[in-house]
Amino acid sequence: MQTSFTHDKMNVLAAKTDIIRRLQGEILALQRHRKTEKSENGYSGLGQIENSFPGAVFPMGVVHEFTSGAAEAAAATNGFIAGLLSKCLPQNGVYAWVGTRRTVFPPTLQLFNIDPGSVFFIDVPNPKDALWVIEEALKCEGLTAVIGEISELTFTESRRLQLAVEKSRVTGFIHRYSPRTENVTACVSRWKIQPLASELEAGMPGIGLPRWNVQLLKVRNGKPGTWQVEWCDNSFRYIQSNVLNLPQIHKRKTG
Amino acid sequence: MRKRFVAIWFRHLTTDWVARRKPELRGVPFVLAMPEHGRMVVKAANISAEEQGVYAGMVVADCRAILPSLHVLPQRHGRAERLLSALAEWCMRYTPVAGVDLPDGVLLDASGCAHLWGGERQYINDLCTKLGNYGYDVRVGIADTIGAAWAVSRFGGAISIVESGRQAEALLSLPPAALRLEGAILERLRKLGLHQIRSFIQMPRSALRRRFSQSILTRLDQALGQEVEVLVPVRPPEPFLERLPCLEPIRTAAGIEIALKQLLERISARLAKEGKGLRKCLLKAYRIDGDVQQVEIATGYPSHSPTHLFKLFEHKISSLKPDLGFELFILIATGVEDVPVIQDALWTAASRNDIVVAELLDRIAGRVGSSCIHRYVPVEHHWPERSVKAASTLLEKSPAEWRTDLPRPIHILPIPEEIAVTVPIPDYPPMLFRYKGELHHIRKADGPERIEREWWIEDGLYRDYYSVEDDRGARYWLFRLGSYNDSNSKWFVHGFFA
Repeated sequence: MQTSFTHDKMNVLAAKTDIIRRLQGEILALQRHRKTEKSENGYSGLGQIENSFPGAVFPMGVVHEFTSGAAEAAAATNGFIAGLLSKCLPQNGVYAWVGTRRTVFPPTLQLFNIDPGSVFFIDVPNPKDALWVIEEALKCEGLTAVIGEISELTFTESRRLQLAVEKSRVTGFIHRYSPRTENVTACVSRWKIQPLASELEAGMPGIGLPRWNVQLLKVRNGKPGTWQVEWCDNSFRYIQSNVLNLPQIHKRKTG
Repeated sequence: MRKRFVAIWFRHLTTDWVARRKPELRGVPFVLAMPEHGRMVVKAANISAEEQGVYAGMVVADCRAILPSLHVLPQRHGRAERLLSALAEWCMRYTPVAGVDLPDGVLLDASGCAHLWGGERQYINDLCTKLGNYGYDVRVGIADTIGAAWAVSRFGGAISIVESGRQAEALLSLPPAALRLEGAILERLRKLGLHQIRSFIQMPRSALRRRFSQSILTRLDQALGQEVEVLVPVRPPEPFLERLPCLEPIRTAAGIEIALKQLLERISARLAKEGKGLRKCLLKAYRIDGDVQQVEIATGYPSHSPTHLFKLFEHKISSLKPDLGFELFILIATGVEDVPVIQDALWTAASRNDIVVAELLDRIAGRVGSSCIHRYVPVEHHWPERSVKAASTLLEKSPAEWRTDLPRPIHILPIPEEIAVTVPIPDYPPMLFRYKGELHHIRKADGPERIEREWWIEDGLYRDYYSVEDDRGARYWLFRLGSYNDSNSKWFVHGFFA
């Protein structure tokens, strides 16, 4: 008797979870969220971070936003973006890198497994023209991804970019370096990447592999979080020790 | 299509031009003179001077005796030729093939052009009226052959239209000078009393050849249409050129767009048939008042797609100023290349993408200029700034490979920025450095990697590169210019690692 009662309760619970999941799916569909099937995105290599996204899959065909403050953080962000390009998007793609200043050094992209010859760098000094170029590039179906380095992005502009990718399914990465305000945008996610001290095996000289503190500040329909990630052997590796390197406080040596 | 030629005779070419510049001389007798053999000889006289008995070829001193109040102006060398070239180019609004006929005429190949004006008479009337408005005194003749047209323009009335096939009749009553013969032959004909062409046109050809040389027969045949005479156009017709004359002047942007679309469709169809694509294209719009405006586009990939080309022209149309309206549009494909063969049914995803991306880059280049778009290929240089080369075409691949053995930063400063460092021991990486007012303590470092200047390209000190990581985790690429022992060795930051 008792077991059948708990069995019924379990059935009801299972049915309720089912209904909730179905409703969630319908809400997502209404919000025009495009479901990236796990099989479609077979290049997933982000690991833990992907669980933060709806459907546990890194969404392609949408616009992601990255903010950075100092020059070092900007370099870290571009490195992380290059890693995303190679791990989460189809291989052998054609990319457009739009920016107001030319800072990226093409040969280093090879370290992140991107062929530098497949990237078109477009340097546009005027920010308005840069935004126009990003939008045009996002509308072009032949590209795999567009990385736009601009400083300011208003909500309406981000909405236009999102509409542009809806048809062409190009993934957009907007890298905002030192924005004046962190305003609300229509982008699917907002990231903040900072460099982390690298670790080498004991006794090895030199600096180690690129290591970052990745903060996913906002995700639409997902869970934000913070991770420590290293780029190793053409893939992301998660670091367990969550100790953020703090600058050493130098004690004044008194005489 | 039968050929029709128009010959325009400018009776007082240079003097009319001077009178345009100086309207006060219009009714006044004046001549243009040039020194010849030590005397001033009249080269051109205007109508008023001719009425008073002063003609070209007379000596100025004699003319002054006839007409004391004569104005004598200097004649510039080659002025007539330049004027005729300019006038022939102006006449290209009536026909694409216009040539200069020295010393004082312009020839047009008007085959198939007159119907646009509603007939030959209207065509010629329009031409005469416009030239008359400019102040030129012209006589125009139209016939099947150049020779006949020339003859009726010089020796016929103000406007002479010789119907097709009737040039022989028209020539009969004209003097032999209408055949463009040399002075000696004309003199001989005059002496023999042959004052009209009908007198000798029936004579046996061998007799004419014996008496007057072959040229009389050649000219006769050219005038009658039995021998082909070629018109040398002042601007040879472009192979890929489409014209759209408009009956009503076009002033709106919508009208210009429609005209452009029609022209693009025509030229794309021709190019596609021949398997070619255009790289550079020029649109010329002729305004009613004589002004010509042009707009040029260039593509990175030979293209014959009218929609793509129209998009490239789209935001340049606004730079055209119609004012009173455009009456003629000409689209010229100035740069044409073969298009690599693409099988329509077997487009692979890769090739289709290439075209779509190329069209995107063309659109971007149209707005911000093609100098903003770069694609890099590796180059066999170890100097960092030179290890990449901007590729010139979309698909260029370099024989060199990208180097992955040495660490390179993801961001590189275009001009390395100077920093102040503290170095413990020579050739060791620095302990700390100050950059942009902030102090960075270095925890890990690697180096030095010495990169020498490529002495065959430039001179200068070598650089010793160090990859360092500071206490906050940021990684930098620093270098020291020159040797440690050098008193003015400087340190710079060149890039940031990811």
